[in-house]
Amino acid sequence: MKKIGVFICHCGVNIKDTVDVEYLTEKLADYKGVEHIENYMFMCSDPGQNLVKEAIQENKLDGVVIAACSPTLHESTFQNAIEEIGINKYQLEIANIREQCSWVHTSREEATRKAELIIKTAIEKLRLNQSLEPVTAPLTKRVLVIGGGIAGIQAALDIADGGYEVVLVEKKPSIGGHMIQLSETFPTLDCSQCILTPKMVQVGKHKNIKLYVNSQVAAVDGFAGNFTVTINRKAQYVDPDKCTLCGDCTDSCPVVTPCEYDEGLAWRRAIYVPFPQAIPATFTIDTENCLGFEPIACGECKKACEPGAINYDAKPQTFEEKIGAIIVATGYDLYPVENMAEYGYGKYPDVLNGLQFERILSATGPTGGEMLRPSDGKVPKEIVFVQCSGSRDPERHLSHCSRICCMYTLKHAKLYKHKVPDGQPYIFYIDIRSGGKRYDEFIQQAVSEDGVVYIRGKVAKIYQEGDKMIVHGMDTLTGKKMEICADMVVLAQGIVPSEGVHELVKTLKLGVDDVGFLIEAHPKLRPLESLQSGFYIAGAAQGPKDIPDTVSQASGAAAKILALFSHDEIYHEPIIAIVDEDKCSGCGICIGTCPYGARVLENGVAMVNDILCEGCGACISACPSGAAQQKNLTDQQINSMIKVILG
Amino acid sequence: MNLPYYPGCTLKANARHFEDSAQKALAKLDCELEEMKDWVCCGTVFSMTTDDLMLQLASIRNLLRAENQGLKEIIVLCSMCYNTLKRSQDFITRDQENLDKVNKFMYMENLKYSGSIEIYHLLTILKDRITYDKIKEKVKTPLKKLKVGAFYGCLLVRPEEFAIDDFESPTIIENLLDVLGAESIDFPYKLECCGAYQTLTKQEVSIKRSYEILKSAHNSGCEAIITSCPLCAYNLDFLQKRIEEDFVEFVKLPVFYFTELMALALGEKWSGEWSKLHHVDPEQLLRDKHLI
Amino acid sequence: MLIKVNARNIRNDLVKKIEDISGQNVFDCYQCGNCSSGCPVVDYMDISPNQVLRLSQYGEIDEILNSETIWICSTCLQCSSRCPKGIDVAKIMEAFRTVNLRKGVGVVNPSQLDTTDAKQLPPILLVCAMRKMTG
Repeated sequence: MKKIGVFICHCGVNIKDTVDVEYLTEKLADYKGVEHIENYMFMCSDPGQNLVKEAIQENKLDGVVIAACSPTLHESTFQNAIEEIGINKYQLEIANIREQCSWVHTSREEATRKAELIIKTAIEKLRLNQSLEPVTAPLTKRVLVIGGGIAGIQAALDIADGGYEVVLVEKKPSIGGHMIQLSETFPTLDCSQCILTPKMVQVGKHKNIKLYVNSQVAAVDGFAGNFTVTINRKAQYVDPDKCTLCGDCTDSCPVVTPCEYDEGLAWRRAIYVPFPQAIPATFTIDTENCLGFEPIACGECKKACEPGAINYDAKPQTFEEKIGAIIVATGYDLYPVENMAEYGYGKYPDVLNGLQFERILSATGPTGGEMLRPSDGKVPKEIVFVQCSGSRDPERHLSHCSRICCMYTLKHAKLYKHKVPDGQPYIFYIDIRSGGKRYDEFIQQAVSEDGVVYIRGKVAKIYQEGDKMIVHGMDTLTGKKMEICADMVVLAQGIVPSEGVHELVKTLKLGVDDVGFLIEAHPKLRPLESLQSGFYIAGAAQGPKDIPDTVSQASGAAAKILALFSHDEIYHEPIIAIVDEDKCSGCGICIGTCPYGARVLENGVAMVNDILCEGCGACISACPSGAAQQKNLTDQQINSMIKVILG
Repeated sequence: MNLPYYPGCTLKANARHFEDSAQKALAKLDCELEEMKDWVCCGTVFSMTTDDLMLQLASIRNLLRAENQGLKEIIVLCSMCYNTLKRSQDFITRDQENLDKVNKFMYMENLKYSGSIEIYHLLTILKDRITYDKIKEKVKTPLKKLKVGAFYGCLLVRPEEFAIDDFESPTIIENLLDVLGAESIDFPYKLECCGAYQTLTKQEVSIKRSYEILKSAHNSGCEAIITSCPLCAYNLDFLQKRIEEDFVEFVKLPVFYFTELMALALGEKWSGEWSKLHHVDPEQLLRDKHLI
Repeated sequence: MLIKVNARNIRNDLVKKIEDISGQNVFDCYQCGNCSSGCPVVDYMDISPNQVLRLSQYGEIDEILNSETIWICSTCLQCSSRCPKGIDVAKIMEAFRTVNLRKGVGVVNPSQLDTTDAKQLPPILLVCAMRKMTG
């Protein structure tokens, strides 16, 4: 018979005040199999753990039950402690008498009785526990990064510099994300392109980074450490190795279409380079707007191309990559202005979103960096910025706060004032969120010295009268309604996940919240990993955030993967399904029940793939013959636990 | 097509021309407004208290009587009646307990109300049932690009769940006007409040509001505006003489009911009786445009 | 002016009554001011709609009951249609009027009306005003 030690924690007063630990220590000393029992103030502390280790050694215990808080907190603490002295870590059970007992009940008598039952069930389970070893599998030390914005770029560089190969997949023709569209970044007013392009160039040249642009992830098979990823790349009509960026092709192209990089404020041709610093540095053909090659409707670009880089017969290609870990860094988009009913549904040319305003500010933008408004090219003298446009609006739009708008709006106002010294910027706000380093000082300085006027209140309506935009807002601090005849309005539209993320997460089988942001394993302590083993998340795909936080997250995710790669194998919890072949009838019900694809039929008997199995228990409940059991949670164990509870 | 019709009190008084022009216009479209029997004033305003059913009775009584006359629906012209009837209907039928209480109280009516009446504004019927294509066919004297602004006011578009079109950017009236041959002008104040009942006690509020609305319409190029609410019509039309006193540069604009222009476009002759009920003379504009 | 805030005053019985009659939670309001911003008659009000909500959150109901604001409101529903928290502000205004009307306190006294335009006044106007504002 197994010799079991029971240790009851007071958890300060958290358990002790409601559960009578002394009584339990006395009562359970006589329980079958209990060789040693004691209670202590904080079992998880070093002295507490030492008590456990000493008791094991003195009494030659085979296993322990720790009656304390939830196993999610300290199960691994105690498992590691007993492993140190040679006891298999699966000979340990946690009896949760805090979250499931002392914290939710008020009657001392009833809580104590319940705690007694909980501990007894843990003892019963432990009695039949087997010693287990973690399952191991080989580890492919290559990383897939989905998304080529600043998050993806940073993560890719960190991992590549760490000595491992990275496959970086970007759906647009160039990496750079939204950061490459920005003019200057807060609070330092660094030129965004100047700080980003060196990283982009590094990515393009790094021997450890394989870059796929115009590409998307079509499928992910396999499991953590051993993924097989299928990547679809659009037809490469322009050979990047031959293209010299001379630009003769674009000059000859007859098609004109709105330019995505300039957020629709400027035009480009069907054969184009998204922006001058694009990586890879090559032109690309936009087949949706090109007049077509089947048959060849135009053919001017090919004629103009001296290096002969253009090939109309190119086909889309599919690539397979073996990958060990995946970082999802798909970034964000802005909530469409077309959804803003009170602000004109996007029909006014002088009512812009933040990214459009960035392009106007930018020296490489549609106005060459001059502050001119889209409708007639005049210099706006009165400009209104509207914060919280679409955000913090659970009734009509997005309920979340988009976090970066307060800062970038102020940055916009400052930069506007630099360009138009006699202009007047107004910012309508509800609250100011400036929690980062030197953020608030940035704002206060703009108010005192740069003449930015803040108005506390929401804007109810914007409409056009003549060549002015009339803005009706409220100043709640003075209680007066505001009317401003503005030349231009900039809306700080809410941040939403990147377009296409919903389809991607279906392919990857990742969880997203109701808006579409990726769900992290734990919001406080594990913000960089998904609950799905092998997947990591970084950047705005997880939630709105600024560049410093994005870079931190990306490096953090990279660090986690580097830690993973410091082993040669990947480890997996052994609390998984097993099949008693004698009892298995080969009915195959378990195959369809398994959400992880871990069950197969081999020679008429169901088998379990140890690495894929996550121990969810679905096949075990589905198995009609009882052949499927879970290690250390067998039917026999469960029955004995139920018997204890029912008395 | 027979359209069961609820007039409301003002359409039998100051807004007689609203009803008259509607009847004449619909006759040209082979339709007829058949007035329901035994109707009473709907109460004009929907009481927004959640704990008082008494204030709903006036409007529910009409729906009860309509149901008892075997009607499945009623068509309304007045925006205020439409809004009140529709919201009362929704409030009462949402909770069976409320419906039962109201029925118990109105024991003197012959039968109980089961909550089945559908309420439509004529504009919705014109769009969905009669259809613009049919109306276009029947237009005999198109309105010669008369520049008209459609003033919706409050109660056709708010609250959003009862709006007859998009609540921030509706086009249902403009679409009708365009079919009739007018040139519809979208002006920014078309959804703003005219001051409503403040006219009685604090007239300066309505004067200012009406001034802003009419000024916006004029500045956007309107030669006239149309409305579907007798209260808006009163404020926007009658108060123009007060607005003139307070605001020197103000330009007067005739205010029509949409059915008057519809009747005209469908070939009906303009009636002098209608002009009598206007305050700002509409005939000069119509003559200038050779519409009469 | 000074407000002496204390635990008894916040969510007092009058506030509960307003919340009951209107079916709204005054603490949903985060003072964005959208209601006041869109209100067509806010210029004539002594307390703006967002201030009405704010004072309600402090329990200062009497000040609102005695204000001009609730009677100037023309029930145009712009406030309710735009509130980002989904508060039906118009219903709250109605609740304040209702508390007064049920006490017999109104601002329209039929016998003292200016009858110069009486013949011209449409029934809709008279019924509306009477229902809304006579105590």
